[in-house]
Amino acid sequence: MSDNSEDTKPVACTVKPPVYLQIGDAKTDSVHSGVCVVDASLPFGKPVNIEEITFKNYYTAYVTVRLLRRNPAQDAPAKWSTAVRDLPLMENPHTERGSQDYYSVHRAQMQVEPDHVVCVRLILRQPSSAWLTFSLDEIKIFPHVELDPEKEVSDWLSDLTLVDQHPDVEGLPDPQTVSSSIQQMWALTEVMQTNQTTASIGRFDVDGCYDINLLSLT
Amino acid sequence: MDRDTELSLTIAQIVQRLRGTHLHSQIERQAKECLHQPEIKLESLKEDVRCFLRTSGWERKLQNAVYRELHIQLPPSHPTAPLEHLKEPLAYMRKAQASWEKRILKSLNSMSTELGVPLARMRPAEEQKELTNKWNEMGTDEPDLSRFRPVYAPKDFLEVLISLRNPNHDVSEDVGARSHWGLIQVPLNVRDIPQLRQAYSELNLTTGQLGIDDHAHIHPDLFESEYVQIGKKVVVEQDSAAAQQYSRQGCPTGLRADLWALILNSTNQPQDVMHYEQLKAGVIQHDLLVDNLIYKDVKLTASNDDYYFVFEDFLYQVLLCFSRDTAVLEHFRYNSATPPKSYIQGKVGDEECAVVYPPNGVIPFHGFSMYVAPLCFLYNEPSRLYSAFREMYIRYFFRLHSISSSPSGILSLCLQFERLLQTYLPQLFYHLRQIGAQPLRIAFKWMVRAFSGYLSTDQLLLLWDRILGYDSLEVVAVLAAAVFAFRAENLMEVTSLASAEAVLADLSTLKVMPLIQIFLFATAI
Repeated sequence: MSDNSEDTKPVACTVKPPVYLQIGDAKTDSVHSGVCVVDASLPFGKPVNIEEITFKNYYTAYVTVRLLRRNPAQDAPAKWSTAVRDLPLMENPHTERGSQDYYSVHRAQMQVEPDHVVCVRLILRQPSSAWLTFSLDEIKIFPHVELDPEKEVSDWLSDLTLVDQHPDVEGLPDPQTVSSSIQQMWALTEVMQTNQTTASIGRFDVDGCYDINLLSLT
Repeated sequence: MDRDTELSLTIAQIVQRLRGTHLHSQIERQAKECLHQPEIKLESLKEDVRCFLRTSGWERKLQNAVYRELHIQLPPSHPTAPLEHLKEPLAYMRKAQASWEKRILKSLNSMSTELGVPLARMRPAEEQKELTNKWNEMGTDEPDLSRFRPVYAPKDFLEVLISLRNPNHDVSEDVGARSHWGLIQVPLNVRDIPQLRQAYSELNLTTGQLGIDDHAHIHPDLFESEYVQIGKKVVVEQDSAAAQQYSRQGCPTGLRADLWALILNSTNQPQDVMHYEQLKAGVIQHDLLVDNLIYKDVKLTASNDDYYFVFEDFLYQVLLCFSRDTAVLEHFRYNSATPPKSYIQGKVGDEECAVVYPPNGVIPFHGFSMYVAPLCFLYNEPSRLYSAFREMYIRYFFRLHSISSSPSGILSLCLQFERLLQTYLPQLFYHLRQIGAQPLRIAFKWMVRAFSGYLSTDQLLLLWDRILGYDSLEVVAVLAAAVFAFRAENLMEVTSLASAEAVLADLSTLKVMPLIQIFLFATAI
């Protein structure tokens, strides 16, 4: 489970306005465009290792993800590569299923390692003429977070040893029996807590009263 | 999300839902008690206890409970998807459902103020006593219901569905490849006959069916006797999943009650009876305005029906209790609808005094009682009848009166019906459209009630066998198209909506399974 996306915040990226591609002269072409390009550029000078890209669909049928990566080790210019090609978002481009759903593209699904990424280009395709427009909303890029290695337990902790004491407890109950019965009670309360039922009690009134106002319209 | 993550999430959700239920405590108690038995050895404790639970049938009960949870689970979704998206992913449908609900609430509010009847009222002690005594014969009561009108009728709802538009849908083309000749203008995914043939393969021409191969002319040894024997085994095994698969070919009359109870996992244990008694106490204590709507509906529909009038008292006992059942609120997680809300008088705005009205969040409409009526043929104990009806409602019937993009939702059924007719009977569709008799206007009332009250009861129960067997209402749309196909010749001759209605007025002689089978598997494609 990618808990990273809950703990980590998305990287602040600038999503440029979508560019719809047309054949020929943009002004005279009255047919809706079927291809759109959305660039999401990451902060200048701070390339990102991507964990996940999430977005909300709005009638896009297929999305291709291309990454502009600059390897810091080599002094080569940045190169574009395709991470995901034609990922289907809508089962059938003409019908509604998947048209407004939330999606993620995870690094494991990508064909190249999404490291040292400078810019992300999303190429959206919607071949059906059924829709007036199509796009992606709420585009978020989550960085890859390296997990901290387990901290080592300090040596001095293991030097502590338990000192067995038998204090003078005349007249008082045996500490062993007391502690074991307390342990049993604790175990019982633990069981009670974990058995919290999600079932409701079933009462629909408030303290026996169900004299209500008119129904709320908000 | 990948498959493994999805699976872990599903398991975690089901465990959380089953934890703390009565079944959980029963299994724990059984596990503890079995420790006294000699077969349970300390070295292999875990294995022996599990083996005991398996042989004593408790594992099967747990399996059935898990299977039931899978039926009402939300489909897998993205972790960032908000709750409203889980109820209904399309924004314009959520909006349409919200404004439809607002209309209903306004209507109910104005009924309350105009008639001077409060939405809810605590019954005085004498009235409570009288109702308790009359509980089994509420049908003999003749209250004055003339002032009450149903909040809405199916045809009002049809108008809302017809007017539904996707703001992003391009409808500039007048006539094109995807012209919508029909009334529904929303492009939902619906299946056509080749896909339906694959999905409903057990209904094909070479597989035996109840409703076809149990006909009097056919010798029972050819199919029926063996099929009934298999059914008896399924009931003995007490396996929900097997019962559901079995039901696809129909349930024998003598076994249907047990098989449906298995599929719906509706047990009749003491706690179920107690829950029903608690609901009954709720009915006795408080009088609700919707009770009058229920009375009126039963009097107008079921009581007038030749097959169902004998069950009038049962219907009150089930529907009045249904309105008080807060357990039904759970289904709003996956229903696009939202339960109506109100506040205790004098405490408007105080969330501690916010309540749902009616307690189950469902406002009945004209014809609602027909969802319960057929079940009266199967169960004669009110608590058993109630339990089966409630499960059927939260799995299937709620989809017939809410606006959603679900494949079993009424909108998809309407579109599927229209598409099937347009594709396989285009001449008929065109003709009816020309004379102003859009087929959906006739078929809608059948589909909204899942054909209850239109077919003869044995045929209706055979249809509902398949709804349960395939866990989908799609077969209702297929039957509607098949009925039109069957009466196509007569329909081609009519020249007005009224005469088209007359041709299709009486469905009580129809045999549903042959119609469905021929339409799905003998239509030339």
